[in-house]
Amino acid sequence: MISVEGLSVEIGAQPILRDVSFALERGRVLGLVGESGSGKSMTALSIMRLLPRGAHLSGRVALEGRALGALTERQMCDVRGREVAMIFQEPMTALNPVQTIGDQVAETLLVHGVAGRAEALARAKDRLARVGLAPDRFPLSRYPFELSGGQRQRVCIALAVALRPKLLIADEPTTALDVTTQARILSLVTELVAEEGMACLFITHDLGVVAEMADEIAVMQAGRIVERTAPAALPGGLRHPYARSLFAAASHVPARRAATPGAPLLEVKDAVRDYLLPRRRIFGPAPRFRAVDGVSLTVHAGECVALVGESGSGKSTLARAILGLDALQGGAIRLGSAAVSPAMTPALRQRMQVVFQDPYGSFNPRHRVGRLVAEPFHLGGKPADAEARVAEVLEDVGLSASDAHRYPHEFSGGQRQRIAIARALVTRPDLIVLDEAVSALDVSVRARILDLLADLQARHGLAYLFITHDLTVVRAIADRVLVMKGGRIVEEGPTARVFDAPAHAYTRELLDAAPLLPAA
Amino acid sequence: MHDGSPDAKGLARAAAFARLAAMARYLALRFLSLALSLAVASVVIFAVIQGVPGDPAAFMLGLNAAPDTVAALRSELGLEGGLAQRYIAWVGGMATGDFGISYTYRVPVADLVADRLAVSLPLAAYALLLSTALALPAGMLAAARRGGPVDWGIIAATQLGIAVPNFWFAMLLVVLFAITWPVFSAGGFPGWEAGLFAGLKALTLPAVALALPQAAILARVMRSALIETLHADYIRTARAKGLSEAAAIRRHAFRNALIPVLTILGLQFSFLLAGAIIIENVFFLPGLGRLIFQGITARDLIVVQSVTMLLVFAVILVTFLVDLAYAAVDPRLRKRG
Repeated sequence: MISVEGLSVEIGAQPILRDVSFALERGRVLGLVGESGSGKSMTALSIMRLLPRGAHLSGRVALEGRALGALTERQMCDVRGREVAMIFQEPMTALNPVQTIGDQVAETLLVHGVAGRAEALARAKDRLARVGLAPDRFPLSRYPFELSGGQRQRVCIALAVALRPKLLIADEPTTALDVTTQARILSLVTELVAEEGMACLFITHDLGVVAEMADEIAVMQAGRIVERTAPAALPGGLRHPYARSLFAAASHVPARRAATPGAPLLEVKDAVRDYLLPRRRIFGPAPRFRAVDGVSLTVHAGECVALVGESGSGKSTLARAILGLDALQGGAIRLGSAAVSPAMTPALRQRMQVVFQDPYGSFNPRHRVGRLVAEPFHLGGKPADAEARVAEVLEDVGLSASDAHRYPHEFSGGQRQRIAIARALVTRPDLIVLDEAVSALDVSVRARILDLLADLQARHGLAYLFITHDLTVVRAIADRVLVMKGGRIVEEGPTARVFDAPAHAYTRELLDAAPLLPAA
Repeated sequence: MHDGSPDAKGLARAAAFARLAAMARYLALRFLSLALSLAVASVVIFAVIQGVPGDPAAFMLGLNAAPDTVAALRSELGLEGGLAQRYIAWVGGMATGDFGISYTYRVPVADLVADRLAVSLPLAAYALLLSTALALPAGMLAAARRGGPVDWGIIAATQLGIAVPNFWFAMLLVVLFAITWPVFSAGGFPGWEAGLFAGLKALTLPAVALALPQAAILARVMRSALIETLHADYIRTARAKGLSEAAAIRRHAFRNALIPVLTILGLQFSFLLAGAIIIENVFFLPGLGRLIFQGITARDLIVVQSVTMLLVFAVILVTFLVDLAYAAVDPRLRKRG
């Protein structure tokens, strides 16, 4: 139905895609996997002919025998949305914020002149209902900002499939969503593919997702498809060394000994954290939202505890309180024998450091790495051997001491995360809070960072509080798991026990929703 | 799935009501801030002109005035009595349309201002219309052809428009269109009694001179706001739907780019109303800018005080209207209030 032959793209002299070929039949899903920069999205944009300016495209894309490369831009506009449709990664920004969802879905029909305004709106209502947005709860007059991420992605799907296209390209459609939302969106896409007899090119970096929903998997590396296989053959059927290493990295478990629980280090008792909401009446009391509702937890010295939950579960709010950034409305937090609060002493703060998801955002781009890593010293005054300490932690995280003189933009994403870990280590803390610290990394980089974290823990006797939504990571590194939902901890226990025999219904739901790779 | 159950209808009605309530709240808050700004501004203007040490009457009459002339003027100006009392009398007078009597012109200030507004307001509106009509298409064209020769041409033209002072444009226009090709007159205003066409004709050259630099700024704002929105994800979605780039700009990027453009438009209108003084001088137009300038040179404090207050009112009113326009453009503002 769709065939791609010898697709190559260059931007300037830089090759982006090299000789990409595949064919796809109606009702089938081809999963295109690879790490960032491997050319997955460029493949999709080449088919759509929506490449960035200055990109040079060669090769042949044919839709039911019709060469798309030979079409004029005007004819191509006719193909987009009608025969080939696409959904994207960021549902939060993929919709026009100042237009109603009804208008945006109806526009697909209007642009292609297949219906008048009234009929287009009627069909938009119908399509929105099909993707699970019932008209009584989600009337056409809703604006995107009134919907959640998952609901917005449903709107994007409705507008993509409004004209029953032959090919649906889904570019990381669930990457920004929670696991349970992801599971629902994935089953919606699978249903629509079967119902409409569409072909689907499904792009993702998540090997678990393709293993679950694709009929065939293509692995991309540096602009080339290096391996094609059926999911049933995973992981043993892989021949290409890169594809094998990719799948190995995805389910990588760092070598580490289970911690022998030391003395309790961090103790949270009945923590309550309220947010004030905007007032409904000008002089009325401001309503409160309870983000953390009576949470108690303990992290022992040298232990790795994972805090799992979906967005809005209160885990980041709890993390801010634990770091002493926000005051609690009830309960208490203690680190060792000292109370944690926004007013705590810098000496206490030194004992607790944090690493975030996007280290680049927390680096001043005009400072050299040495200065960035030395930043926490302002808490306790700069020691005499500050430079030696910076060099030591840089080598600790697998960088070299001379990297202190370079700027953060000179490093890759994984190296930047190492710099952030070095910065957390420099004050020799007892506890490091890792807030989605490996979530944005490619699987192979993530595997190496997990190894590094395990190694640092063994050498320095660190305790980790690992906040994440990624259950694969939890299984790989955590001694104990806390599952958080609606501001409360609903389940707690040793990692193996929680994964094998979840006690709470929500934990079971999370585990069912998580796409897991077939075990090696 | 539940379709159209009475419960669902009730929900929809409640949602519609909540929407209206949020809109009303937004309006009420904006209106409150308008009233507050006006009150604060009136106090400041009054304090600066009347509350400062020294006798306004003596100041108006100059150094060599006889004491009894000063005393006469004091009573004429209503300067007897406490500050608070005078302030209330002034504000109360303005509320009923009584702005006092001009000392130099010997006519009610309200009449003076009305005459001048009849020139300044149409001139400002005319110039704003011209500048918008010129700037928005130019900005959109430049954004659509970004990086190309058309874009470069428009950028160069706007650079020139910003750099060259408007009175120089004015003189150039006079030389070209009043002397070389005498299509328009070089200055003066026949009054609206001479007919709409004659009035507009007299205002055309000044409006063009005023509009060009404003259009240059506006076009740049339009261009950069559009280019920013063109990188947005929803433009990519629109393209994937099958919209051409031009249609994506028209239907999706334009409205999202309007907020910064509206901000600049609001500022420009206020400026055009009072700041046209140089252009009014070049074209001998009896406008508001000249009135306040003459008021200051003649030390006619009553005129200065009233016209300043009027201009403040105009600026605040325009800001209010711009706030309303924001809400019309962006549904998120309507909701948050």
